[in-house]
Amino acid sequence: MKPVYLDNNATTRVDPQVVAAMLPYFTEQFGNPSSMHAFGAEVGGAVKRARKQLQSLIGAEFDHEIVFTSGGTESDNAAILSALEAMPERTEMITSAVEHPAILALAAHLEKTRGIKVHIIPVDAKGRLDRDAYRAALSTRVAIVSIMWANNETGTLFPVVELAEEAKAVGALFHTDAVQAVGKIPIDLKSTAIDMLSLSGHKLHGPKGIGALYVRRGVRFRSQIKGGQQERGRRGGTENTPGIVGLGKAAELAEQAMHDEVTRVRGLRDRLEKGLLQRIPNTFVTGDVDNRLPNTCNIACEFIEGEAILLLLNRAGIAASSGSACTSGSLEPSHVLRAMSVPYTAAHGATRFSFSRENNDEDVDRVIEAMPPIIEKLRDLSPFWQGAGEAPAAFKPVYA
Amino acid sequence: MWDYTDKVKDYFFNPKNAGVLAGANAVGEVGAISCGDALKLMLKVNPATEVIEEARFQTFGCGSAIASSSALTEIVTGKTIGEALALTNQDIADFLGGLPPEKMHCSVMGYEALQAAVANYRGEEWHDDHEEGALVCKCFGVDEGVIERAIRVNKLTTPEQVTFYTKAGGGCLTCFEGIEQVLARVNDSMVEDGLITAEAAYRIGSVDPRAMKAKAQPKQLRQPKVDIDRVMAARPLAGAAAAPAPARMAAPAPRSPAVSPLAPSRPAAPKLTTLQKIKAIEAAIEGLRPYLKADGGDCELVDVDGDTVQVKLSGACVGCQMASVTISGVREKLIEKLGIPLKVVPV
Repeated sequence: MKPVYLDNNATTRVDPQVVAAMLPYFTEQFGNPSSMHAFGAEVGGAVKRARKQLQSLIGAEFDHEIVFTSGGTESDNAAILSALEAMPERTEMITSAVEHPAILALAAHLEKTRGIKVHIIPVDAKGRLDRDAYRAALSTRVAIVSIMWANNETGTLFPVVELAEEAKAVGALFHTDAVQAVGKIPIDLKSTAIDMLSLSGHKLHGPKGIGALYVRRGVRFRSQIKGGQQERGRRGGTENTPGIVGLGKAAELAEQAMHDEVTRVRGLRDRLEKGLLQRIPNTFVTGDVDNRLPNTCNIACEFIEGEAILLLLNRAGIAASSGSACTSGSLEPSHVLRAMSVPYTAAHGATRFSFSRENNDEDVDRVIEAMPPIIEKLRDLSPFWQGAGEAPAAFKPVYA
Repeated sequence: MWDYTDKVKDYFFNPKNAGVLAGANAVGEVGAISCGDALKLMLKVNPATEVIEEARFQTFGCGSAIASSSALTEIVTGKTIGEALALTNQDIADFLGGLPPEKMHCSVMGYEALQAAVANYRGEEWHDDHEEGALVCKCFGVDEGVIERAIRVNKLTTPEQVTFYTKAGGGCLTCFEGIEQVLARVNDSMVEDGLITAEAAYRIGSVDPRAMKAKAQPKQLRQPKVDIDRVMAARPLAGAAAAPAPARMAAPAPRSPAVSPLAPSRPAAPKLTTLQKIKAIEAAIEGLRPYLKADGGDCELVDVDGDTVQVKLSGACVGCQMASVTISGVREKLIEKLGIPLKVVPV
């Protein structure tokens, strides 16, 4: 039976058209894009084409606002480090409690090693940013605000366009980690005050190890990788040409598939949620269900543990992800769910299903069929589960 | 994905002796829901021969926790109480063909449940090592005694191994220095006893806690974890109460929250005396009452009988269609606070 892959927020399958676009740049088109001869010129043109494809996807005003990097983590690091270096008179930064570790780990490091004051803005039970706390933290001491566009675990969307306007009012730069958002929802940067944006190839059916940082024209930028004059001196090092070409093609395909993403994929996701919630008691959706990515569904199942769910799903040929501690070895459940005050009784059993344009109705049917007996089996094993007879028909999570 | 042996997988996918054991005369409960691991071990011991004739389990936990629990029931069945007490967590791991180092605490949980069950059979209050020394890891409620025993029994020589076997240091890591001190002290005595070489013994300061924290997050199916204590500091408390309820697709949201939101807090130490348990339950219910009163209702503790908590609903809660939701909310909050399975019954 064909495996069902519903872990697209972790990574996506590289689109065959992307692979086809990349292949020549390993073989006949091997020139260095910086070279002056014909070999280099052709490859340089391909890099330029990819830049334009990305520009179009994210609505950047100029193609030279795109800086190719090795992926989302490098882009995030470059944005924050650059801002702090470019504005040494400002020694504070703002971020949220539910950011990706690429932001939070860096922020902690900067706090410890450079004395940067980091404001970590809390979220509410739906994972929405505390706007009052955000405004209170904004000041002329803040060099950079970094708030994600969409959360990778729950899909909750952040109002980054408005947040950027507020940051701009105090002269702070605004960066958004849009790794999960790009290619899934329409983005038009030129009409916003967002200064920098991170994206990654492998989240939109492109290759791994390639990403980009959008840097608005005029933003003071300090290169973090010193070297040659590649990327207008903003990132040294010979370009990963096949990766860049692949990312460009992936961006083009994502733009074409955007309508499918926000309609058909959303429909699949919603049908899955409805099916699971109807069939499994003591289960609820985490995050801001009315304002989230169309492809993401994070379902918390009470009184059982996520790794066990994943192992049984895997045996049924279904790939998903979990907010459980045991899947990571860190022993603590997801920092995102904990920041949302999701109780331990549910946080350990959260399961994330993330769709892509490659999923279909059959995939949804498979999960709806497989999941209830898995949950039932694990609850039968759990000392905390007292039986479905006691599960209220209209269960309401305590934290809601 | 974890590198589980075929036997671990078999005992997870096809657990032996799972479920409630009717007529059990030895019951041991360890772990806490906050830690993501809890085990209830039930034994039927022949009083004449002290042979364990039957064993069953219930586990909240990962694949290796379920496999370890199941393995434990197989190992102890047919053994006398004395023979069972001689087992170590390593015996459970060996039976399964080994566990990933990061999952060894699952076997330790089995060992502790066995100790607790035997104490219960003998009518004793289980004096686990949690009460033998100072609390070292506040995140997971691990005391000095547990760490000492894990180090000695399993010949541990690094703080990272201590975390894998006991969970101590698996959270905020502020206990790192405490773990180091216990490890160095016990290793020194193990050198004197000839259990390890002087070269292998741990020396304070030889591991950077930051490096250890990074190493403690190895194989990941998803995004790596972050410094949870720092993030949690940004968590809302009262603010969460104002958050609208998440949409529910299976059923309409109730008229008003049966139990208002409270940030989850760490449970009390898993082993409580009866008096401690009653006090903890009383405190938890007291914390919920203002929210019930706000809706015109109330709830008070009537009695505690083993794992059954009797409560009395009053005011608007009486006859309310959402009373079962309220009871469910109370139960969840008690489980969260105490970290042990409880049944809440309205009287």
